[in-house]
Amino acid sequence: MELIVEFYPLLVKGTLLTIELTVVSAVIALAISFIVGLARLSRHWIVRTLALIYLEFFRGTSALVQMFFMFYVLPLLGISLSPFLAGVIACGFNLGSYGSEVVRGAIKSVGKGQSEAAHSLNYTSYQRYRYVLIPQAVPMMIPPFGNLLIELMKLTALTSLITLSDLTFAAQIIRSQTAMTLEPFLLILVIYFLIASVLVGFTDWLAKSIAKRRGMTPVRTN
Amino acid sequence: MHWDWAVAAEVFPRLMAGLVVTVQATFVGAALAYALGLVLAILKMSENRAVRWTVYWLSEFIRRTPLLVQLYFLFYVLPDLGLFLSPFLAGVIGLGLHFSTYTSEVFRAGIENVPKGQWEAAKSLNYTMAQTWTRVVLPQSIPPMIPPLANYLITMFKETPLLAAITVVELFNAANIYSNSYYKYLEPMTLVGALFLLVSIPSAYAAMWLEQKYSRRN
Repeated sequence: MELIVEFYPLLVKGTLLTIELTVVSAVIALAISFIVGLARLSRHWIVRTLALIYLEFFRGTSALVQMFFMFYVLPLLGISLSPFLAGVIACGFNLGSYGSEVVRGAIKSVGKGQSEAAHSLNYTSYQRYRYVLIPQAVPMMIPPFGNLLIELMKLTALTSLITLSDLTFAAQIIRSQTAMTLEPFLLILVIYFLIASVLVGFTDWLAKSIAKRRGMTPVRTN
Repeated sequence: MHWDWAVAAEVFPRLMAGLVVTVQATFVGAALAYALGLVLAILKMSENRAVRWTVYWLSEFIRRTPLLVQLYFLFYVLPDLGLFLSPFLAGVIGLGLHFSTYTSEVFRAGIENVPKGQWEAAKSLNYTMAQTWTRVVLPQSIPPMIPPLANYLITMFKETPLLAAITVVELFNAANIYSNSYYKYLEPMTLVGALFLLVSIPSAYAAMWLEQKYSRRN
């Protein structure tokens, strides 16, 4: 208890930074998921190949290695990123590669007839994706995206290793200043669990509300 | 900043030594994740509601918190409670425990997908519980589990660099130690990335092949 009182500001700051890192990298990951996922379905082989290289690179190497590469190696190549930027880019790019597979899979699972119908109505490629394929694919993306969001939140703990003072970093500070171990680590585990549980609740709510809205206007989607 | 082959050549043997530790940690961690996952899966299907509830929330707790913090917990907290683990052991226990919550879902789904009639048939043939499991349920539920379990093996391989945070000298830490001593970051980190790709891409394609093989059979 004394621990919480004494280190209250550090823990609050750490919690806020963890939330901030999660939200910012989630936005990056979402954008990349759609860009790379749609690029994998492109008509042009070169676009497809570039997207596949991106996917294999970011899914095939470890997130921590990517983060250290961005933080320690990129400055040597003339690109200096702040720890925050290196952290969110590493988390976002890493999870974006997994997300792109969700987007691609969901769009591919929309019935072929839908795509053919759009063709026969002379829709452009943009219209076909924007008005036919993506709206039907989005509800299918929500549950796997929810799982990835939890993975992303957990991934932000690694940013403590590139000097960011997130929750994990706060626990390390408390440990080194007080020699207490059980209390700080158990406390942040509980905070991480609570953040994750809010994210799970949010995803469930989103899935339900989309299903409900789609249920009321079936004409537009079918 | 230019690529220096001399640095690459110097660091390479250290990385190979690290890769051996990485592979060991992956396999020991995975063995633990599979064994514990099976236990969790069986407990999640328990008749007792209190057992089901406890196991569910325990595994959700592990699943929703970062592996890095769990590793710190094992590494820093357990010695204070009188339990001393080597960094490697703490690392593989952390990996195994964390991923057992994922593999337990694979086991549970695999077992639940065996039709109820199969259980009833075993019962009507007067099979013992052991016979029902070993001759009826497991032979049918294991093949579809193989591809997802293989995928978790690859995931665990990619998570092993976290063991560096608790001083295990695996592939990533071998590079990091070298980098910090000689201030050479480009070559070691790039080689680590390349080695990860070299192992994980062929493994991913192997897992995809397994998936096709076992989905065709069903």
